[in-house]
Amino acid sequence: MAAIISISNLTKTYASGHPALKRVDLEIHQGEIFALLGPNGAGKTTLINIVCGIVTPSAGTILAAGHDIQRDYRAARAKIGLVPQELSTDAFESVWATVSFSRGLFGHAPKPAYIEQVLRDLSLWDKRQNRIMTLSGGMKRRVMIAKALAHEPQILFLDEPTAGVDVELRRDMWALVRRLRENGVTIILTTHYIDEAEEMADRIGVIDKGELILVEEKSTLMKKLGKKQLTLNLSEPLAAIPSELGDWHLVLNGGGTELEYTFDAVDERAGIPALLQRMSDLGIRFKDLHTRQSSLEDIFVSLVSDRSGG
Amino acid sequence: MSNLAFNRHSVWAIYKFEMARALRTLFQSIIAPVITTSLYFVVFGAAIGARMTQVDGVPYGAFIVPGLIMLSLFTQSISNASFGIYFPKFTGTIYELLSAPVSFLEIVVAYVGAAASKSIALGLIILATAALFVPVRIQHPLWMIAFLVLTAATFSLFGFIIGIWAKNFEQLQFIPMLIITPLTFLGGAFYSIDMLPPAWRTVTLFNPVVYLISGFRWSFHESADVSVELSLAMTLGFFAVCLAVVGWMFKTGYRLKS
Ligand SMILES: Nc1ncnc2c1ncn2[C@@H]1O[C@H](COP(=O)(O)OP(=O)(O)OP(=O)(O)O)[C@@H](O)[C@H]1O
Ligand SMILES: [Mg+2]
Repeated sequence: MAAIISISNLTKTYASGHPALKRVDLEIHQGEIFALLGPNGAGKTTLINIVCGIVTPSAGTILAAGHDIQRDYRAARAKIGLVPQELSTDAFESVWATVSFSRGLFGHAPKPAYIEQVLRDLSLWDKRQNRIMTLSGGMKRRVMIAKALAHEPQILFLDEPTAGVDVELRRDMWALVRRLRENGVTIILTTHYIDEAEEMADRIGVIDKGELILVEEKSTLMKKLGKKQLTLNLSEPLAAIPSELGDWHLVLNGGGTELEYTFDAVDERAGIPALLQRMSDLGIRFKDLHTRQSSLEDIFVSLVSDRSGG
Repeated sequence: MSNLAFNRHSVWAIYKFEMARALRTLFQSIIAPVITTSLYFVVFGAAIGARMTQVDGVPYGAFIVPGLIMLSLFTQSISNASFGIYFPKFTGTIYELLSAPVSFLEIVVAYVGAAASKSIALGLIILATAALFVPVRIQHPLWMIAFLVLTAATFSLFGFIIGIWAKNFEQLQFIPMLIITPLTFLGGAFYSIDMLPPAWRTVTLFNPVVYLISGFRWSFHESADVSVELSLAMTLGFFAVCLAVVGWMFKTGYRLKS
């Protein structure tokens, strides 16, 4: 797949001496939704701000849509839209004026029909004449998204778009992101809601302490690192796990009423039928069972805590 | 689009945005200077001017008109332009400007152009107000306009630098209040430096504002403390220095980018 953004050897050390990014290499594919995950202070915003021209890199090169973001900044930036993490908007301007301003600022002639479409898509049309300061926080966030879309960017950065946003707006935003992707827009988002990345992203990158520690297709990642768990609710409690079931490394929970079997998702052959057969041979009966696949969140937590542990 | 092209939509968007900001407070922006100017005329023109007959053959009331316009032009240009760029830094909306496909020259043309437009309009309003109090004659109207525009642009550029440099509202006020206003008062806004004792006159010639006011006054009354050419050269020189500083600020990201 063609790379729409190629980052190589990107390093950023802030004036304070803090190394926020350490030799990061990353390619974003044309048309994908890429989720950048990482704990607070990992360097996500720094990375985004460098690509968008807000922070100066200490070293490294970045191409956006084939243009060097420093040498050829005009062409590169014209393709990029940014919704920053911080909610910062004008106060006295109307929604319509501020979104139209953004389109002009990015070098485009006015196109009221397009601005109208964007405002309608974001449920802002009724508010177009309102001053921004009279809007709620969630509405302001929509305004910021509308501003970022005003110049019809091919690449959209969403830095924690759903922080402090209610469930409905979150759903709306996911729907919008999907629509944009269908129209060929490449989307890079950061989030602390891992379920969001799991729901939305095609690929996932994890950044920690300025290092990109993993980039993977979401599905591969889930397969590779995901664990499945089978829980059996027993009809009668067991005092201990019978030695005949030793092969499965079971765990006994709930005062002897729950048997838990953890297995690799890749390793589906792992013998559930055999386990159930053996249990019935031993006369252990169960009244219910369920399986659970570990979420991206579990994967993420284990990744990051492994690193800080050692 | 090449980096060298001129992005008129961007410039126009910023210019319009800045002018809209001024229009929202149109009443204050006009009424305040009109009142201030009237006060100056009451105090300097009527009360003091009645006892001072003429300066360089010009009635005192008319003599102070150029100085008065210049004083407002300096302070308003600086405050317009510094506020225009400081405020987005303060609220965080500067992210959009920094991420936009605009060159530093376009940003400067738009912000400085808007600030200068406002102070030029203000200068003309003050001139009209002055004409209500004293007979104003302008010997060289074209030069008058040229100095007006150039000074407004230069001080707007200077204000733009202050806006980028300032880390808080105190610093924003600091230079206009503590440097520009005193230098203007001491720079012959309200008197000819010929009226000073020789020693003071020499000291005064180190005040750059003298050169800026002198050319403007010459366009009104044909009386000047220093030659018009020198006055023009000094103004252009100051403009060039400010432009170079802004260029450097954008190149290095000084207090704009981390
Ligand atoms: N302007 C700055 N000057 C100095 N250090 C900074 C600056 N901006 C960020 N940092 C530091 O760089 C590191 C990375 O910050 P960054 O904002 O990129 O993190 P993040 O991954 O976006 O975190 P979060 O999830 O909290 O938004 C942090 O340690 C932060 O303190
Ligand atoms: Mg961040």
